[in-house]
Amino acid sequence: MGPSVNDFGHDPWWIILIKVVLVFAICVVLTLFNIWWERRVVARMQHRIGPNMHGPFGLLQSLADGVKLALKEDITPTKADKAVFVLAPVLSCVPAFVTFSVIPFGPTVTMFGHRTPLQLTDMPVAVLFVMAIASIGIYGIVLGGWASGSTYSLLGGLRSSAQMISYEVSMGLALVAVFLYAGSLSTSEIVAAQDKWWFAALLLPSFVIYCISMVGETNRAPFDLPEAEGELVGGFHTEYSSLKFALFFLAEYINLATVSALATTLFLGGWHAPFWIDHAWAGANAGYWPLIWFFGKLLFFVWIFIWLRGSLPRLRYDQFMHLGWKLLLPCSLGWIVVVAVVRMAAIKGDFDPRWWMFAIGLVVTAAVVFGTLRRPERPADIRPTTGGFPTPTLPNGGAVRGAARPLTFGPADGVPALPATSEEAS
Amino acid sequence: MSESDQPKKKRSLKEQIWDPVAGFGVTFTTQFKKPVTEQYPMQKEPTAPRFHGRHQLNRHPDGLEKCVGCELCAWACPADAIYVEGADNSDEPDAEGNSQRFSPGERYGRVYQINYLRCILCGLCIEACPTRALTMTNEYELADDSRASLIYEKQDLLAPLLPGMEQPPHPMRLGDDEQDYYAPEPRTELFEVPGRETR
Repeated sequence: MGPSVNDFGHDPWWIILIKVVLVFAICVVLTLFNIWWERRVVARMQHRIGPNMHGPFGLLQSLADGVKLALKEDITPTKADKAVFVLAPVLSCVPAFVTFSVIPFGPTVTMFGHRTPLQLTDMPVAVLFVMAIASIGIYGIVLGGWASGSTYSLLGGLRSSAQMISYEVSMGLALVAVFLYAGSLSTSEIVAAQDKWWFAALLLPSFVIYCISMVGETNRAPFDLPEAEGELVGGFHTEYSSLKFALFFLAEYINLATVSALATTLFLGGWHAPFWIDHAWAGANAGYWPLIWFFGKLLFFVWIFIWLRGSLPRLRYDQFMHLGWKLLLPCSLGWIVVVAVVRMAAIKGDFDPRWWMFAIGLVVTAAVVFGTLRRPERPADIRPTTGGFPTPTLPNGGAVRGAARPLTFGPADGVPALPATSEEAS
Repeated sequence: MSESDQPKKKRSLKEQIWDPVAGFGVTFTTQFKKPVTEQYPMQKEPTAPRFHGRHQLNRHPDGLEKCVGCELCAWACPADAIYVEGADNSDEPDAEGNSQRFSPGERYGRVYQINYLRCILCGLCIEACPTRALTMTNEYELADDSRASLIYEKQDLLAPLLPGMEQPPHPMRLGDDEQDYYAPEPRTELFEVPGRETR
């Protein structure tokens, strides 16, 4: 019943304009809402109330913060590379908006007398398009860190690039299973393929791996190493202020919404009504109603993000890389093989693979979760002198030299040393 | 002996699997508990009864000041926030016929300043005060926007005149000398220590 790729590209220009403006507005409003929601929820998790002064329930707090940011002094460091410094926030913000253009918000509806899908556009490689555009956003962060001419920014930018590239790999591989099963990369068709069973149930390991890597991809706690306030003073945006900083902030929160929307689309049935509501109420999946289910699911994911932030401490860099490269990546690869085999066997042997997928998926997920939670055993000996980690040897005279050397109360200068102290000196 | 020398403890399955995720339950349930936040500027909660707030210079029942200008509070202050200048009382009226007595006894605090930019509200001055002239109130809203206004002068610190009190300077109303103000019937038994000779 949902639209397919062929249904796109027939709209008059003014319908497209309306959709573009709507998508833009949704991104901005969703950002303002998410900031408020995050602050409120994380406050409740910490026994506080959170912002409650501006507007009803403090809803206008993020708007006020945005206005304040815009009115602040815009500082460009003298050592900064001016052109790149200005370009970087734009480069990270624009792709964030663009990715939302292929997210399906609902089925085909009647908009001012025209039948049109509730989705700006779709293409046969829509999810690939999202991944590609999201990668451009990384350039914004890396270039921003580099162009600032500051060590903190550079470190933050480098860490960010390493992190996002690492997690994009496992993220992409988690999506491969979806492509295999849906037989399409078009978002609208992937949603249509989840008419009966959500991919979160059929492809549980992919869902779990995607959920973990989307947190890494958006630089959110517990994977917020690039911005780690205590360590890097804000990371790549240390030197940014005023509207340029606001653009980075905006991009970060749109990305948060994007990965949540993508998770909804690819794993939680997109705009389909949850919990078999459509069985009880036939109209649940028609007209504009699916917007409720879509945004409900999206905000559920945002809430998961907030919950993670409220519960977990930041990971160490090596733990983070260990998780991404040594656990999520091999598990994704193995799972893709399983999906391909079961899918092929189902087609050749003509049986229903769903319960099989669910059962195998449960086992693989248990393995992934177990591996994630288990701390790797520490190496037997980490003392630097006995062949542990390659640390440089201590300089002659010990670690503390010069004026900082601890005082020793021996004989005064010019007085012959006592036997005991001369033994120490030698 | 370093950590690595000790025999390794094998972690149980609960420690490996459950403990890392137990924190999620804490944050989840806390969401539905009542927050502890106080709506401070709109809704002011009373402080603890012995809260260390702004200081107050107390008065005797007839309105004379209790402060004798001894400067013990200033000496006790670890933050050097108190400045006191004492002066002599006199029972001789001045040229205009006004009394020159501000407190019972010989001396009174002519200048009394507390610098609330320095004060840490520790209360050592209160302990040092021999006449209970200096005490602390529960008032805690001490913020201001200039340095000068945060140096409280004597008139800012003095307790208000209650009914029956008279604005000093005026002669002693409760007796002929200061002993009538402090200890009408000295309770020497409080200070007696067994085995020590008392005067």
